[in-house]
Amino acid sequence: MSYQEKKNIVSLIATILIFGFYCLYMFQRHQEGSLDSTEAFRFWGSFILILIPVSIIAKIIIQIAFNIFYRITTNEEEPSFSDELDKLIELKATRNSHYVFMLGVVLSMGSLVMDMPYSVMFIIIILSGFMSEVIGYISQLYLYRKGV
Amino acid sequence: MGNGNSNGLISNNIRNLRFHHDEMTQQQLAEKVGVTRQTIVAIEKGKYSPSLELAFRIAFVFKLPLEEVFSFEWNNL
Repeated sequence: MSYQEKKNIVSLIATILIFGFYCLYMFQRHQEGSLDSTEAFRFWGSFILILIPVSIIAKIIIQIAFNIFYRITTNEEEPSFSDELDKLIELKATRNSHYVFMLGVVLSMGSLVMDMPYSVMFIIIILSGFMSEVIGYISQLYLYRKGV
Repeated sequence: MGNGNSNGLISNNIRNLRFHHDEMTQQQLAEKVGVTRQTIVAIEKGKYSPSLELAFRIAFVFKLPLEEVFSFEWNNL
């Protein structure tokens, strides 16, 4: 298995774990109170705004740890640059990722049209953000395995 | 020859050429043409058709014309 495939698997697992633990932490903290009250907007806003830096920092730390582990276990250095194949795969994965997120945004607007609670819209947007990232990593993994 | 790309149209002779050039490794070829070893592996397996520039770079390394390194079949057009 190549460095890129291993890196994608690690990133995929990291994304799922970070999102899972973050959701557990946030929902435990805000269990009391209705999610449709005025406070709810503040909650969802902070949920998204805090999630972004937390996941970026956690992923940087995990990536550094993975690179150190990779060097120790394989005695090889990770590739220091992205070549044309890497860029092509990244572009295709990003496209798939955007499709998923766009679908999520459309669904979230649909929830408003159908008079669902506002929290449903936020949940759909957050889940589609998470899913788009997961689909991006799975796409990369698939393209590295199957070819472009 | 390689297996060709996903359409089965482009194939290559890189593995044989490496062998006949002092058993050049994939890493050595990758360094000469400026890509990662993973990309050379993908090209040899027919999982990736390189850009025209990369194809020329590979041909230059082996000092051969492009069509002796890569071949193209016109079947499905």
